[in-house]
Amino acid sequence: MKYKVNEKGYYGDFGGAYIPEMLYPNVEELRQNYLKIINDADFQKEFHQLLKDYVGRPSPLYLAKRLSERYGANIFLKREDLNHTGAHKINNTIGQILLAEKLGKKRIIAETGAGQHGVATATVCALRNLECVIYMGEVDIERQAPNVARMKMLGAKVVPASSGSKTLKDATNEAMRDWINNPVDTHYIIGSVVGPHPYPDMVAIFQSIISEETKKQLLAQTGSDQPDYVLACVGGGSNAMGMFYHFMDDENVKLVAVEAAGKGVSSGFSAATTYLGKEGVLHGSRSILMQTPDGQVVEPHSVSAGLDYPGIGPQHAHLFKTGRGQYVSITDEESLDAGLLLTQLEGIIPAIESAHALAYLEKMEFKTGENVVVCLSGRGDKDLDTYIKYFKL
Amino acid sequence: MNRIKQLFESKKNILSIYYTAGYPNIGDTIQIAEALEQSGADMLEIGFPYSDPVADGPVIQASSKQSLDQGMTLKLLFEQLKDLRKNVTIPVLLMGYVNPVLQFGVENFCKACAEVGVDGCIVPDLPMVEYEEFYKGCFEEHNLSNVFLITPQTAEERIHKIDGLTNGFIYLLSSSATTGKNLEVGDTTETYFSRIKNMHLKNPTMIGFGISDRKTFDKACSFANGAIIGTAFVKAIADGNLKESVSNFMKAFKD
Repeated sequence: MKYKVNEKGYYGDFGGAYIPEMLYPNVEELRQNYLKIINDADFQKEFHQLLKDYVGRPSPLYLAKRLSERYGANIFLKREDLNHTGAHKINNTIGQILLAEKLGKKRIIAETGAGQHGVATATVCALRNLECVIYMGEVDIERQAPNVARMKMLGAKVVPASSGSKTLKDATNEAMRDWINNPVDTHYIIGSVVGPHPYPDMVAIFQSIISEETKKQLLAQTGSDQPDYVLACVGGGSNAMGMFYHFMDDENVKLVAVEAAGKGVSSGFSAATTYLGKEGVLHGSRSILMQTPDGQVVEPHSVSAGLDYPGIGPQHAHLFKTGRGQYVSITDEESLDAGLLLTQLEGIIPAIESAHALAYLEKMEFKTGENVVVCLSGRGDKDLDTYIKYFKL
Repeated sequence: MNRIKQLFESKKNILSIYYTAGYPNIGDTIQIAEALEQSGADMLEIGFPYSDPVADGPVIQASSKQSLDQGMTLKLLFEQLKDLRKNVTIPVLLMGYVNPVLQFGVENFCKACAEVGVDGCIVPDLPMVEYEEFYKGCFEEHNLSNVFLITPQTAEERIHKIDGLTNGFIYLLSSSATTGKNLEVGDTTETYFSRIKNMHLKNPTMIGFGISDRKTFDKACSFANGAIIGTAFVKAIADGNLKESVSNFMKAFKD
């Protein structure tokens, strides 16, 4: 358990709750209750029932034969793309909506980048009949139009964030401002392992179902529950944390986190946080973030809206700093090419976010028989426009 | 000698004005401070801008962005403030978010504040526990007051803890809100203000967020030692002749 959160809300040097006093009662209410609620037997029963019957879990662990041939190792894909709403995001929103109900909240707010978390939040709000407001950057509203339509169909109000870079970071700011102004009846469903303690821990716990299942599936398929490598893409880092969670203390399992290099790490248009960032405070926690020497947050770039974030969750910062995780990056073009490759070799169109993790396989060297798990965090339907433009389809 | 303490001992109905450094023009910081003192402000809160000001509403967000776009940094601000104490005698606090302070270095920040004659700081996203553990020693060494915020939702026990940790004043938010919302003093706000007044805290209190004119200022003063105006002032100096804008805005507060 050496990589888990301590009683003060820190992972090594990272974490904490850097929030204005207006948010203190909300966050403190969560901190005091989240573990008690999550560990309650009735909560667990309802959570797992919904994951099974509504989300469609367990998601398959698929041995991708043609991909395995190409790389000379056993490549397993954890198929989070097959979840209801098309990505891993729903694992967390199911958990948080049940928790919000237990806290007596009547109104749900969330931020979204690619729209996957927004859709997953709007979905559970429809399911449980709660008011839903989603903050989304103006730029993302444009490049993820189908998801905006889905959220509206689900009954959510989509509010454009028009400050700053008009992407995920600014949507998060707007959601925090909403929460400050509505402190009593509203629960903020943060979509990644970011934000003030206890959010990074809570979201990681809900997403840890990914590695919990993977271990069982690996054991059944390979005879061992420990692969050689586990790969996942990282924006804020929620699918990666879910994928790493039950492997963190298995020190012989190598954890590979793939960030978005955008147009190249040195191009000025990148979201490769561990490469470009420094320690600091963003959105309520101490972590690693892209910033100027004066401490102003730098606007990131990635072709993938879900990775277009200038920070990473505090637990990732800790895995990076301690060397437990290897943090690498993949460019826009490399990810799009990897997306097309998976489509043509396996008949699966991946989200461009997930394609970043797949693209890194090209840069690795494997020994025969090594087992590699890649988290296929989402499907690519929402990205068709980007694929169409890039490949001139 | 601490200017904040002196002010509260000698005066009632204190008017504190917030403005963003480097706004509307990058070089306006000192000029505004001097104009405000000349027109009767009792205390100043100079905002150092941050790219992601989550506690602020649209007006202060926009002023922060404009200031940053014009090149404002903490380093530049301290250079501008070198001459602060030539013509400004009232207490001055710096207000901003924690990340620029972290990058500047807490020790360097405190030292620079003391050198230019800044009397205290308000850093809304700096948690009390972090302040106590890592900042307090340094702040006290440089005779800086650290001001904490409380809201209608802040528990009594926590208010007492804050009262014990600070030595300037306590910043009473009229409601849980981002900056720039109008103050509507209804029964619940009055109950809250009275509750705080009756706690007989060791520190004086200032009411902020939603104070925009003489009427709301006077109302706030009946519950606290004074009030803070931010958004309304930042709006008032957006364009036109700076000195005139400042003195016109302040006229309403002359007795």
